[in-house]
Amino acid sequence: MSLVIEQIAKRFDRFPALKGVSMEAPEGCFLALLGPSGSGKTTLLRILGGLEFADVGHIQFAGLDWLSLPARERRAGFVFQQYALFRHMTVAKNIAFGLSIRPRKTRPTRAEIARRVEELLALVQLDGLGKRYPSQLSGGQRQRVALARALAIEPRMLLLDEPFGALDAKVRKDLRHWLRSLHERLGLTTVFVTHDQDEALELADMVAVMNQGRIEQIAAPSELRANPASDFVAEFLGQNAAPGVVPLRTAATRQKSPTDSRGYATY
Amino acid sequence: MATLVLPRVRSRSALPGFGFSLAFTLFYLSAIVLIPLAALIIRPWELGWNGFWAEILAPRVLHALKLSFGAAAVAAAINSVFGLIVAWVLVRYRFPFKRVVDALVDLPFALPTAVAGIALSALYASNGWIGAPLEKAGIKIAYTPYGVVVALVFIGLPFVVRTLQPVLTDLSRDSEEAAATLGATRFQTFRRVILPTLAPTLLTGTAMAFARAVGEYGSVIFIAGNLPMVSEITPLLIIIKLQEYDYAGAAAVGVVMLAVSFVFLLALNALQAWVSSRR
Amino acid sequence: MTTTTAPKMKRVAMKTIPILRPRAPTDDHPLVKIALSAIAVVFIGLFLFMPLLTVFSEALAQGWRMAWDALSEPDAIEAIKLTLLVAAIAVPLNMVFGLAASWCIAKFDFRGKNLLITLIDIPFSVSPVVSGLVFVLIFGLQGWLGQWLRDNDMKIIFALPGIVLATVFVTFPFVARELIPLMIDQGKDEEEAAATLGAGGWSTFFRVTLPNIKWALLYGVLLCNARAMGEFGAVSVVSGHIRGLTNTMPLHVEVLYNDYQYVGAFAVASVLALLALVTLLVKSVLEWQFADEISATHRH
Repeated sequence: MSLVIEQIAKRFDRFPALKGVSMEAPEGCFLALLGPSGSGKTTLLRILGGLEFADVGHIQFAGLDWLSLPARERRAGFVFQQYALFRHMTVAKNIAFGLSIRPRKTRPTRAEIARRVEELLALVQLDGLGKRYPSQLSGGQRQRVALARALAIEPRMLLLDEPFGALDAKVRKDLRHWLRSLHERLGLTTVFVTHDQDEALELADMVAVMNQGRIEQIAAPSELRANPASDFVAEFLGQNAAPGVVPLRTAATRQKSPTDSRGYATY
Repeated sequence: MATLVLPRVRSRSALPGFGFSLAFTLFYLSAIVLIPLAALIIRPWELGWNGFWAEILAPRVLHALKLSFGAAAVAAAINSVFGLIVAWVLVRYRFPFKRVVDALVDLPFALPTAVAGIALSALYASNGWIGAPLEKAGIKIAYTPYGVVVALVFIGLPFVVRTLQPVLTDLSRDSEEAAATLGATRFQTFRRVILPTLAPTLLTGTAMAFARAVGEYGSVIFIAGNLPMVSEITPLLIIIKLQEYDYAGAAAVGVVMLAVSFVFLLALNALQAWVSSRR
Repeated sequence: MTTTTAPKMKRVAMKTIPILRPRAPTDDHPLVKIALSAIAVVFIGLFLFMPLLTVFSEALAQGWRMAWDALSEPDAIEAIKLTLLVAAIAVPLNMVFGLAASWCIAKFDFRGKNLLITLIDIPFSVSPVVSGLVFVLIFGLQGWLGQWLRDNDMKIIFALPGIVLATVFVTFPFVARELIPLMIDQGKDEEEAAATLGAGGWSTFFRVTLPNIKWALLYGVLLCNARAMGEFGAVSVVSGHIRGLTNTMPLHVEVLYNDYQYVGAFAVASVLALLALVTLLVKSVLEWQFADEISATHRH
């Protein structure tokens, strides 16, 4: 049940945002889309979420022809860069939204919904803040509400668009670690867009380095550091290249990094 | 499997309801606004090109046009000066009942024109509160073109004040402080630093006041006197022509007014675009 | 070092008495302030406040009884009923239009958007008399459909439908103008989030969009209503001034005034003026309380 992306291309008017992107990621993978602005990573994420439509290409996930489903039916939890919380609803109502709009037949009871909201609030460590409004929360808290809201619908995959971009450094670091441990717990296939190499390399199981609408390289963080496939990748990861390592593809220079047996980073 | 795409007028969106809302919008717009306006523009042509110009250039029509546009221009000019003062005072100063004055500025927007019309007429008549003392001083307002100007000042004031207020509020004091440090007096600062910045907005507000004043009917009709060739405004002339079943003539005059409004609307939009491009 | 009381008193005086306070370089001279404030207040008082006062004082010139009688007269009552009916039709129509137009303009991208916005603004810059004229040109006796209407015994001009049409035309942009800039400013993030959470079109509109625009909507409906009830020029052209039948309140005011029934005219005018004041009050309250939820390009 892996995520298979084949030859996705998209233009905005004349601008080619994605020029034929293909990749495959195993189920439960934490995949980072890393690249500078304009590389197409957000466009790809939005296509996965059903918020944009590819011109050409095919996506397969959870055994479904992904692109044939409208956003409403995909159950792809989307966490926006600016949170997009419903400003007129309390935190609890925000989180409950996805459940409360279900048709009568499939809708859980009020008590059920309330219970789930409590569970999720505990999960994101915002117990007791259900009655607050988004404007009364800090940036980091809002982001966690956005995450809880996306998780409430029991999503098939989780999509995050530079979720920590608007937060200050310390909060970012804390949330990073927290997000990773959440992923360990839930095992959801997660796609995460960022322009910050540290973030991508620290958090992800696999990183797809993108540039100008194409994937330059997709591999585990350790592999990327050791064997950058192109000058762009090497330069972009510049700060993270192991000191003294010259980008060559020989096994002999493969950098040792703290990984578990599957080669996934475990910070 | 690849899916092909055809060129689209717009890019597909994940949100629903586009087709429906656009269709309804266009339908309603056409039915209520566009088709009636088409009727206005088409009707004068039954007079033929020459007939149209003969109609427009008839003395009575010309006079009415001159009165409507002239009075509107004078009123707009008065409003630009006093509107600037009012806006300045409301934004920069504090005094008792300021909020009341602020709310009152919107009165011409909210008050029905007929109500304003009879009130102004009673106020400036020979036995009115303001009319009586002025008459003693030899100035007659009611039933003269001056009355028209007074009514149009009433109508146009909020346009100037309300367009200026947000701009004045957002005006950063930096440039004024700089001018002060360079030795300018407040008046010099106002004339050479503040006023140029406000000029485009002031112009916009004044133009809006003018446009509104040109077509004004209700507030003016009672105080105007309505004597042909003396104090007859253009809208009244249109009504008179309709009563004489001269539809084409009425439409011709209407077209002239519409044309002027359009030119103004375009100029206004261009001005606003130019102003925001400079920001 | 001994301190004398004089400098100390001067310092206290300078801090407490406004006129003596040292001026910030961007402050105007106190005399200038007083002069300009006086000019502003006198100007507003003269041009705005006095006419308002006149309406009420003339209405009550012969006492409450006379004013009340004028209002309870059958023609006046019919005029009030007609005004309310016209507003009750025109305002909801324009509200629905405003919502539809701002939805498609703010949440989607398409060519011709700016043209559409300009077209919507047209009635705002058309003279009221011309607004009525256009409908006479279509439905009047010598209008496009005049003969056909006569043959089928239908009346549009000089009857309710004509009045409603003219009123709808004149108040056309009010709701849309309030909503469009605000909704553009609010963007479509929340609606997209709702879509990813499984909400359909109507669900999204009622539960996510509408709450975010409710104050602006109220504001727009308020202005629309004030104008609909008070419209004079356009309705004057299409109504025919048939007493007791096609006279709205503003027209009734005119009829009474031209008949030299001043008390009656001003009495009805007072009711309209009260409506205007209530509108202003609610408008001000909305603006003070909800400034950034009403307009993106901030009002004042």
